[in-house]
Amino acid sequence: MITLTDVPFDPGAALNAFSDGRLASGAVVSFLGLARGEANQPTALELEAYGGFTEREIGRFAGEAMTRFGLDDVAIVHRFGVIAPGEPIVLVMTAAAHRREAFEACDYLMDYLKSRAPLWKKEHGPAGARWVEPTSRDLADIARWD
Amino acid sequence: MARVLLFGRLSDIAGWHERPFEAASLSSLKRLIADQAPDLATALDAPGVQTAVDQIVVRGEAVLSEGAEVAFLPPMSGG
Repeated sequence: MITLTDVPFDPGAALNAFSDGRLASGAVVSFLGLARGEANQPTALELEAYGGFTEREIGRFAGEAMTRFGLDDVAIVHRFGVIAPGEPIVLVMTAAAHRREAFEACDYLMDYLKSRAPLWKKEHGPAGARWVEPTSRDLADIARWD
Repeated sequence: MARVLLFGRLSDIAGWHERPFEAASLSSLKRLIADQAPDLATALDAPGVQTAVDQIVVRGEAVLSEGAEVAFLPPMSGG
């Protein structure tokens, strides 16, 4: 399930809900991404989403990851709007029979989300605001899976 | 009438996020934009800008039905 929200979310509650009642899955892996603050600099992150389109595209990719890694389930919570330093931006949760597939799928989905997901990122800093593109590191990370 | 949505840097360049245009095809919409907002038209032609009609990415020409939603999507930056 793909959830986009413009208000802070509770990652612990989301993980409990995702794990609850699973009998066949021996492994649940989660990754929580936080908005990083630069030292002594008032910064905020703004993410723009295209309502409906963004969820569907991320969902399509999550479905591919389900098949590729043989997952039992996957869920992603992603913030949009203005995000303060230290707040959770993204939570990826994968469930599989065994841990390896769950770890790898979580890693893969994060590489996708950081480079190809239909989200547009703006950084607000002391010098003004600027749109951010994926870094060369982000692009190298997703290329590992091709 | 089509509803045009701009995302990312495109809405900063144009100064708006959403605006109606009287256009029955993508090519006539782009002609209108070129007349009214040449800076935006140039930005729309930049590499990596995708077009979605009613939330489906299209390439080339497309017919715009009454109330169609056209979105111009700059290169996606991820979260």
